[in-house]
Amino acid sequence: MLYIDCPYCGSRGHEEFTYIGDATKKRPDGAETSDPAWFDYVYLRDNPRGPHLELWHHSLGCREVVKVLRNTLTHEILGAGRPGDKIALPDAETER
Amino acid sequence: MAEYSVFSLVRNALTGHKNWQRAWRDPEPKPSYDVVIVGGGGHGLATAFYLAKVHGIRNVAVLEKGWLGGGNTGRNTTIVRSNYMLDDNSHFYEKSLQLWEQLSHELNFNVMFSQRGVLNLAHSDGQMDRFARRGNSMRLNGVDAELLDRRQVMKMVPHLDFSDEARFPIYGGLLQPRGGTARHDAVAWGLARGADRLGVDIIQNCEVTGFRRSGNRIEAVETSRGTIGCGKLGFAVAGNTGHLASKLGLKLPIESHVLQAFVSEPLKPFFDHVVTFGAEHFYLSQSDKGGLVFGGDLDMYNSYAQRGNLPTIDHVMRAGLAMVPSISRLRLLRHWGGVMDMSMDGSPIIGKSPIDNLYLNCGWCYGGFKATPGSGWVFAHTIAEDEPHALNAGLRLDRFERGHLIDEEATGAVPGKH
Repeated sequence: MLYIDCPYCGSRGHEEFTYIGDATKKRPDGAETSDPAWFDYVYLRDNPRGPHLELWHHSLGCREVVKVLRNTLTHEILGAGRPGDKIALPDAETER
Repeated sequence: MAEYSVFSLVRNALTGHKNWQRAWRDPEPKPSYDVVIVGGGGHGLATAFYLAKVHGIRNVAVLEKGWLGGGNTGRNTTIVRSNYMLDDNSHFYEKSLQLWEQLSHELNFNVMFSQRGVLNLAHSDGQMDRFARRGNSMRLNGVDAELLDRRQVMKMVPHLDFSDEARFPIYGGLLQPRGGTARHDAVAWGLARGADRLGVDIIQNCEVTGFRRSGNRIEAVETSRGTIGCGKLGFAVAGNTGHLASKLGLKLPIESHVLQAFVSEPLKPFFDHVVTFGAEHFYLSQSDKGGLVFGGDLDMYNSYAQRGNLPTIDHVMRAGLAMVPSISRLRLLRHWGGVMDMSMDGSPIIGKSPIDNLYLNCGWCYGGFKATPGSGWVFAHTIAEDEPHALNAGLRLDRFERGHLIDEEATGAVPGKH
């Protein structure tokens, strides 16, 4: 089980959550008509091996969206917060 | 290296099995090769084999970071089928199935290909309609398919839950009689031996750590065993494609996810076919050693770890019990995880890349094993001719950008849903 520190409910098992995916993708403005911008948003992913910022929906809990920093190689959860929060790597200055 | 035959078996038996030669060499890497394939699983080895055999390109190296077939080739549920609906998939996987039918003979190595039939169960009228449509589309493409009603399924696989209490009553199923299973390790070993006999260097414990570029070409790969020059470079690294691509600054329409598979303690033969559940994601067959081999859904989060989590295991077991209640007291022998390169439309990507001499073979989702010979065959063609074969022309990388998706499940750009 992965334990996700939901900012509203505290530490909960990942069974309660639905995975949404990469949290770094920004939806282009509604008026954006360029194909490459939408292609990048809809299809392309960094897919890192290591720390990954991602969104989980606490669907069987508070039903809020939670932003999580998790290592995809070890499954270690490095941080969690609200979608607007900046989550820093604990031992590095890198902020994504 | 000697042919395997009944005579070589008798001769070696009479000499106490002390004179068998090793099946493939263990060469030191040369300074450069015409073609370097990264990934010594089934796909990479098949590519090297067909490059040497069909295209006469023998100055080839296959680089493997661990041991042969230690990735997804050794971590799947060994199912082989070609029951796809959309043309681009259908013709490609059918070619692969045809290659499977000849593979043991072609390699002089028994890959234990067993065409025991793959049956997809239907649990509603709507699902029966969907299967009829898929079956018709398969038959129009020259692939075998039979729609079975409930009575026929009951006769074929009596252990399924046909009771009145069944949570998901069985209405019928779609059968591909030519589908089946193969022995995964034997596929890797047979292809390695076949490629090696044609002069391909198979280099194990050789992890790619970086690339040397010159303009829009890759001159050499940097590895844990030194720098190796390459005329052309092919990736056949399944779940690690994203990791290698990121070293080149390439973004791909792929997410890596972990998929678990399971084998039970051995039983006497009781499950003769490959059967997939239609109400949940679950697929079951029995191996030659007697263990039930089965799998289910992804863990549903990005992962490069070759291990999964318990909630998914619980979910898979529940699906299994709903389909075959009689396995409820069976003990699990082993389970393991593999890293799936989930593409954004659920279909593979085989073709050229934005870098001139780099070719990609990735996006296999749940289904790379069955494609092993077909994938190698078209990838070898693509590398040798610098142009996709007609069979993988549709599986190109730029289909996402051009809007020509091959979305068999019609679920959109959500990798976990495929």
